[in-house]
Amino acid sequence: MSKFLKKSTLTVGGIAAMLVVAFVQETAADQSAPYNLGREALPEEVAAWDIDVRPDGKGLPVGSGDVFTGEEVWIEKCASCHGDFAEGSGRWPVLAGGIGTLASENPVKTIGSYWPYLSTVYDYVNRAMPFGNAQSLTDDEVYALTAYLLYSNDIVDDEFTLSNDNFLEVEMPNTDNFYPDDRVEVEMPLFSVEACMSDCKTDVAITMRAAVVDVTPETDGDAEVEEAAADVEATEEPAAVAEVAVVEVAALDMELVAAGEGAFRQCKSCHQVGDKARNRTGPMLNNIVGNPAGSVEGFRYSGPMEEAAAGGLVWTEEELGAFLTDPRGYMQGTKMTFRGVRKPEDIAGLIEYLKSFEAD
Amino acid sequence: MTEQFKGVKPSRRAFLRGAAAVGGATAIGTSAAAEADPAITQMKPWNQFLGEGVDARPYGMPSKFEAHVRRQDVPWLTADPISSVNFTPLHEMDGIITPNGLCFERHHGGIAEVDPAEHRIMINGLVDRELVFTMEDLMRFPRENHVYFLECAANSGMEWRGAQLNGCQYTHGMIHNVMYTGVPLRLLLEEAGVKTEGKWILPEGADASGMTRSIPMEKALDDCLVAFKMNGEALRPEQGYPVRLVVPGWEGNMWIKWLRRIEVGDQPWHHREETSKYTDLLGDGRARRFTWEMDAKSVITNPSPQAPITHGKGQTVITGVAWSGRGTIPRVDVTIDGGVNWHQARMSGPSMDKSMHRFYYEFDWDGSDLLLQSRAHDSTGYVQPTKDQLRAVRGLNSIYHNNGIQTWFVNSDGVAENVEIS
Repeated sequence: MSKFLKKSTLTVGGIAAMLVVAFVQETAADQSAPYNLGREALPEEVAAWDIDVRPDGKGLPVGSGDVFTGEEVWIEKCASCHGDFAEGSGRWPVLAGGIGTLASENPVKTIGSYWPYLSTVYDYVNRAMPFGNAQSLTDDEVYALTAYLLYSNDIVDDEFTLSNDNFLEVEMPNTDNFYPDDRVEVEMPLFSVEACMSDCKTDVAITMRAAVVDVTPETDGDAEVEEAAADVEATEEPAAVAEVAVVEVAALDMELVAAGEGAFRQCKSCHQVGDKARNRTGPMLNNIVGNPAGSVEGFRYSGPMEEAAAGGLVWTEEELGAFLTDPRGYMQGTKMTFRGVRKPEDIAGLIEYLKSFEAD
Repeated sequence: MTEQFKGVKPSRRAFLRGAAAVGGATAIGTSAAAEADPAITQMKPWNQFLGEGVDARPYGMPSKFEAHVRRQDVPWLTADPISSVNFTPLHEMDGIITPNGLCFERHHGGIAEVDPAEHRIMINGLVDRELVFTMEDLMRFPRENHVYFLECAANSGMEWRGAQLNGCQYTHGMIHNVMYTGVPLRLLLEEAGVKTEGKWILPEGADASGMTRSIPMEKALDDCLVAFKMNGEALRPEQGYPVRLVVPGWEGNMWIKWLRRIEVGDQPWHHREETSKYTDLLGDGRARRFTWEMDAKSVITNPSPQAPITHGKGQTVITGVAWSGRGTIPRVDVTIDGGVNWHQARMSGPSMDKSMHRFYYEFDWDGSDLLLQSRAHDSTGYVQPTKDQLRAVRGLNSIYHNNGIQTWFVNSDGVAENVEIS
């Protein structure tokens, strides 16, 4: 039935399109659909995707959240990358502070010092955070986190509650310091002049050299190129490592491994496992279970972790379980600011999952 | 007789003629080998034995001897490789088209692996009809083909304060130039019927970053494409498969990948990527926003730090690329003495609006130190400025839109380095 209907509208639409085709470009807004393609979006479909928020408050859902609640959510879901006070960790974004630095040699562009609109904070946290688990926060959690970010930027006090009602009352310090692109007026006349072709300067001196700064990755060097070529040649060869490591591997509980893989999602924004695993915010986690703590090559551990490693700490299932339950209670000063895994079954799963990344 | 190889790329016939002539006379600049070349006198396996059949490589890959030609990232640049960037190996390429597998990547939430059967494109907001299209629907609109460069606004951003990275891959490799096949965005918007108060669009991606940018309606109706093919084949996942927005001449961040929604509104949204990022902080602490157009720019790709001169003095080819977000590049100048004297380079290959252009300058190198620069002129009359000219206007904190002239120092051994000069 609906198929027939669609077909008949398509034919009518097709004729209409033929009739108006010459005028389509000028008067499109007033015409019916020129090609009669696609279908009308349902209101619930639009609602599912249209979550964007604008500076005038359009798009804000009804809800509220206070600084205190925001801090709790923050510590659990945000602090591992952005620091307890939004001061940033490693190269992850600094979100607080920096006021008065924008014209200095080292500008610190944070929500407080730089972002012109509060709606941007709500929109971005809601659409893209936490990194690796986007759109998992409730509306009230996003309000609470936004309130906490205002608090960490000294824009509101610790009693503050943010809601859709008072959202537009919040003033951002740097709103007025943006202006539209003026390159066409300011730069184009300056740079659209006849270019000198001969005897343009009297002397030329080198004033700066990249080799002195020396930040180019070495990975593009000859060694790696040769290594890559060797890789291509040697794909048929068995890996040399396999001969050395004859480790007895206890059979894994694959069901538990699968459960652990699910639980590991919350770890992924900082940790990698598998063939291509690299150290990121946290160390890569191949060969962790049963091995000495603080021993992943190339990762810079916290002082306390290095001390524990020097003291002979080994990540037995028991020790690792205790660490994962409450990282900062287990080891004060660890870089892992993750709040901890609450469910014991998740810890068992995680450990089993990590065991599946041991050398065999 | 070697001079006939200068200037123009020899046709096969010219090549044969030239080779015969060289064989006949002991030519200038060439010398007889002391011993016979084993590359000629010794039989190679490929001369004798059969190679793989047509069923061995159903999707062809480059020769194993080209394994070093690849995108490369700079680990210290970002907190992790998921929200990060890698760079096109410009020094390994020629012509104007970037092969799909070498197009630099910039993701904010990793590579979304989108199933096209489960992908939808929605148009909502200030339109007469809020619409949903499948990929099949999209393919039924009239399509167009265009070659455009895509440059990240942060290309050369690490070089604002001075020479930092040794290689044009790193200094200029956040660019690629591809032929897109797609539907003019105008047709999709007309299908939905934009209301008169609809002045802006907000394209949105389906990846975990939910990327959004505000684009003025004038541009949306002008030359934007909703593209599903690059260089004739489906978009690569890392370039937005199955569908991305093409915003010719404007900064790459706006070319939303994995495009799933276009909202029409009466004002811009001021989302994260157009406030916190991609705004240009100037010396006085104020910032320019909506700096969409990419200024004219060029770079010498060979020689460069990753591609030194290895053949010694004599006949030498300098080549590079140039582009402008405001039109074509009718002219590029090259200097080998740090800007005392300039020479007009030879442009070769198609010259298309908002596409990359290729230039060459061939000369007889005497083996002395070189300070190489290129300077693009675009079709508006704009001339690529020096880095110092840019800094005088914008200060040192701008990060984005650094289109200043690049300098390579080449020493007598042919080794090249990224430098700045007075």
